[in-house]
Amino acid sequence: MGSYVLRRVLQMIPVFFGTTLLIFLMVYTLPGDPVAALFGEKAADPAVVASIKHKYYLDQPIWKQYLHYMGNLFQGDFGTSFTGRPVTDIMAGAFPVTIRLALLAFVFEMILGLVLGLVSGLRRGSVQDTLVLILTLLVISVPVFVLAYIAQTVFATNLGWVTPTVQNSYDLSQLMLPAIVLGSLSLAYVARLTRTSIGENLRADYMRTAVAKGLPRRTIISRHLLRNSLIPVVTFLGTDLGALMGGAIVTEGIFNVQGIGNVLYRAINQKEGPTVVGIVTVLVIVYLVASLLVDLLYAVLDPRIRYA
Amino acid sequence: MPDIHDEDSYEPHPKPGVSHLDYAGEQGMAVEQETLVESDVVKREEARSLWGDAWRDLRRRPIFLISAVLILLLVIMAIFPWAFTDADPRKADLVHNYLKRPDWTDFFGAGWFGYDGQGRSIYARVVYGARASITVGICVTAAVTVLGGLAGMIAGYFGGGVDAVISRIIDIFFGIPLLLGALVLLNAFSTRTVWSVVVALGFLGWTQIARVMRGAVLTVKQSDYVVAGRALGAGTGRLMFRHILPNAIAPVIVVATIALGGYIATEATLSFLGIGLQDPTISWGIDISSAQKVIRTAPYVLFFPAAALSVTVLAFIMLGDAVRDALDPKLR
Repeated sequence: MGSYVLRRVLQMIPVFFGTTLLIFLMVYTLPGDPVAALFGEKAADPAVVASIKHKYYLDQPIWKQYLHYMGNLFQGDFGTSFTGRPVTDIMAGAFPVTIRLALLAFVFEMILGLVLGLVSGLRRGSVQDTLVLILTLLVISVPVFVLAYIAQTVFATNLGWVTPTVQNSYDLSQLMLPAIVLGSLSLAYVARLTRTSIGENLRADYMRTAVAKGLPRRTIISRHLLRNSLIPVVTFLGTDLGALMGGAIVTEGIFNVQGIGNVLYRAINQKEGPTVVGIVTVLVIVYLVASLLVDLLYAVLDPRIRYA
Repeated sequence: MPDIHDEDSYEPHPKPGVSHLDYAGEQGMAVEQETLVESDVVKREEARSLWGDAWRDLRRRPIFLISAVLILLLVIMAIFPWAFTDADPRKADLVHNYLKRPDWTDFFGAGWFGYDGQGRSIYARVVYGARASITVGICVTAAVTVLGGLAGMIAGYFGGGVDAVISRIIDIFFGIPLLLGALVLLNAFSTRTVWSVVVALGFLGWTQIARVMRGAVLTVKQSDYVVAGRALGAGTGRLMFRHILPNAIAPVIVVATIALGGYIATEATLSFLGIGLQDPTISWGIDISSAQKVIRTAPYVLFFPAAALSVTVLAFIMLGDAVRDALDPKLR
């Protein structure tokens, strides 16, 4: 177990540096001068431009910039945005909001997705099964921003159950609707994955054995069937937490949630390199840690998997 | 749903829509046809091959027929939009047509779906918007299938150090969310066309296919016929493309078809956010984005492009689902 974890962590290191380098290159080497963008329409004084470039290390070759950035990163310094605010400050303000939103969406998609998948997987071809299939297919094909508008119009404008936009992100009842919209696509995938996986495992030998042993139905489903069927679902859910935070860019914009998605969208538009790189780096770390946890969970779920 | 069953007996319609499958089928069977003489045996062998089986199974699936007809219609709409409407999608008439409601008596006419906030025919814009979506969907899927397929094939076939390097590169690209990466990339283009979106999505999106292909190649590589081929002196290229590829391509086709719908949705999302396609390109995403200002007073401005987008994505996902069910013997 210990040596497996060590090997996985070692494998993560080149991936971490590769991904951050890739995003760094995408932000800093593509055309579009961020310093010129700071001045807007006005013509900038070359001396001022040069001093700003020097301050942000932009006058150095790209590999030096990257090494400098990484050196600071490992001391907990994510750099300073072009407006002079430390990126850690910006992230500290926005990440908690998005984490609340993403966790809410995560819990929603996990619980409802598993229940729907179980209900339809156990009775293939039944009315419930067809209903779940049609519903999930609809959710998958309607793009998130359309879904967000429908939800906003129906539940906020017409029915008045919730506020159309989020004013206070600590109020979970306000965050509920954006979270449901954010989690809906993944909910459909979780339900379908669970359904397929259960359908495959229903025919497994261990199921026949469990039934033949005369175990109660509840035990068979929860201990044997569900546990074995969870592997693909867990794989999906593990990588989804990071995806939810990244995907919040659309949902947060429409519901006016002041989280990471909104900050990132503005930063990309204004070519705020340090902010973009900082946020994406954190998202990459979340993704890497989540996929490590998923791999470790496999061994818990399926006793046949042992990490030496 | 009674009309689904009506479609059941309705056969000649969807064939052109599945031409890519047909093509793959020919590739898959080419291997067998080479070794067998033209006789009854060939006929029976064909019927029992994975592709022949899948095709027979598909033809009987209502879901497949419906999605194939829809996709065929959308492709025709993308190529010949003028065949569906006389109206000019860019003609703005603020004086007479500002936010005019849909007029159902104007069947297939310019005012059928109403007019948007600039007095342009929504019906014409929905018809002409198909081109951007279909082009992006098909081109990105083609790009990622070739790129990812090659990477996965090389990693799976050679294994060892080559596999380790390619797998780490896949991991690196996989760590960047598609939408975020595309936003950053596209923001560098000052004028963005369909092709810049294709390049951005193709550059970032190939990893999924690469992983699927690598996995399939790893399994197929162990087969006796590959070992036999190698023993008979077949070269690397011949082994890869004549023996392994036809037998490893099935999961790739399934993933690619489902992903196609996803790319169309991603393009619309990018355009919606203002960092995808730009005017004068007509895109459902742009139209949905500009409709949000009038959503309370004129919801139909949002409804029609949104419906067109959803139906398109739905059609490709249903097609992918049907193809997967037909190709995956585990679910039979």
